[in-house]
Amino acid sequence: MIINHPILGPRDSAEFTYMGDAALLDRPDWQAKDALLQFVDYGYLRDNPAGPHIELWYHEQGDRSFLVVTRDTTTHEISSVKLASDVARGRGRSK
Amino acid sequence: MRYSGLRVLKEALTGHKGWKPAWRDVAPQAHYDYIVIGGGGHGLATAYYLARNHGAKRVAVLEKGWIGGGNVGRNTTIVRSNYLLDGNEPFYEHSLKLWEGLEQDINYNAMISQRGILNLVHSDAQRDAFTRRGNAMILNGADADLLSTETIQKRYPFLNVNNARFPIKGGLAQYRGGTVRHDAVAWGYARAADQLGVDIIQNCEVTGFRIEGGKCLGVETNRGYIKGDKVASCVAGSSGRLMAKASMRLPIESHVLQAFVSEGLKPVLPGVITFGAGHFYCSQSDKGGLVFGGDLDGYNSYAQRGNLPVVEDVCEGAMAIFPMLGRVRLLRMWGGIMDMSMDGSPIIDHTHIESLYFNGGWCYGGFKATPASGWCYAHLLATDTPHEFATAFRFDRFAKGQMIDEKGMGNNPQLH
Repeated sequence: MIINHPILGPRDSAEFTYMGDAALLDRPDWQAKDALLQFVDYGYLRDNPAGPHIELWYHEQGDRSFLVVTRDTTTHEISSVKLASDVARGRGRSK
Repeated sequence: MRYSGLRVLKEALTGHKGWKPAWRDVAPQAHYDYIVIGGGGHGLATAYYLARNHGAKRVAVLEKGWIGGGNVGRNTTIVRSNYLLDGNEPFYEHSLKLWEGLEQDINYNAMISQRGILNLVHSDAQRDAFTRRGNAMILNGADADLLSTETIQKRYPFLNVNNARFPIKGGLAQYRGGTVRHDAVAWGYARAADQLGVDIIQNCEVTGFRIEGGKCLGVETNRGYIKGDKVASCVAGSSGRLMAKASMRLPIESHVLQAFVSEGLKPVLPGVITFGAGHFYCSQSDKGGLVFGGDLDGYNSYAQRGNLPVVEDVCEGAMAIFPMLGRVRLLRMWGGIMDMSMDGSPIIDHTHIESLYFNGGWCYGGFKATPASGWCYAHLLATDTPHEFATAFRFDRFAKGQMIDEKGMGNNPQLH
């Protein structure tokens, strides 16, 4: 698989480490009343879809950036690659 | 019809006109006591033991494709019980015992061959870890033998014990481990279940669950609605896809694992050997092909095919210990989809939906578990209590912090 890095251009996926579902970007509020339940869900439950999957790839052998990649789990086709920092900022985080 | 040597002789002399299909081709009835979704090894074993051990009468196995067309025909056929943790080892040892008696039990030649499995050790720390594992196995009634480098060199002269980076420092052997003809397991269980009255319904895909008031009443299929008093999911690899239809999220990711077969060779490899420094394992099939595999590709996939970096990694593992394989040509390679759970161990449990049960999360250890998985799942379905060997395989172990994590990798499914 080739991942089209937003800064470095097309890179072999072997340079990256897969870090799982991109829902992991949204860590639950640790002060919420049901924080324990939320963290069990966050830590252990996954949507695991057959089809488009939004996921995190860490460019460990490259610039150490985290990417948010949309990839079809039935074909391995990659349709979108963004910097995770941009995605998080877009949600009003990492000021 | 019972299979026997005499029968083969008789058929040979009478033109093979007496053989009958090994199981009936039936249309689904409107209502069953038990509906097992998934006609793989585990589903068929579940149906068989439901009928055999618990006297269940109206049992259906629904299979989307054909019997033997899923993961039961895509694995590397190894059976063993060399686990460390208390939650796992009694279960896998029970499974190995069932393998040992399986052919007589189901009257089917599954070509069970206890040729032994050897896990190689490459460092002092690893020898300590394997010593501990061997002791845990012996405590649970399994067999284990710690071998010295000299013994290994004598028994397996082709191994490169002096590899500069990964010298072989010893190994842990389980002589009762070995290989089984995987297709025959599916066919044998299907035939045995069928003879006890189980309906095996192929080309019947479950498209949804009918759930009312928190209770599962039956399943929608491409061949119509089927009512079921108890509905049992048993589709490891596709668990995420199936249980999403019941709006369940699972502690599971689906990953692709590749496996390989070389061209046929004369007998070169006695038993199963695993490399301890990388991830590589290998055995030789009765046809002569070397059957081997290694790591997952490491990303969510339902594609049943992998990528080349893992192929290279696996072949490097092979060359590190078996330099003799350098000129062997690869015949085939393929990918299978694994339910990779969050702690590397399976789940056999009821769900939060009444009458809906779940068996999955087998990671890439599902094949060896086939008999015990069916045995314990049937027990759960029939009695609504977990079998004594499967009490740890619960859904709530993640919330309670009672993970069964053999490798200590935490909630990283791709690393188990």
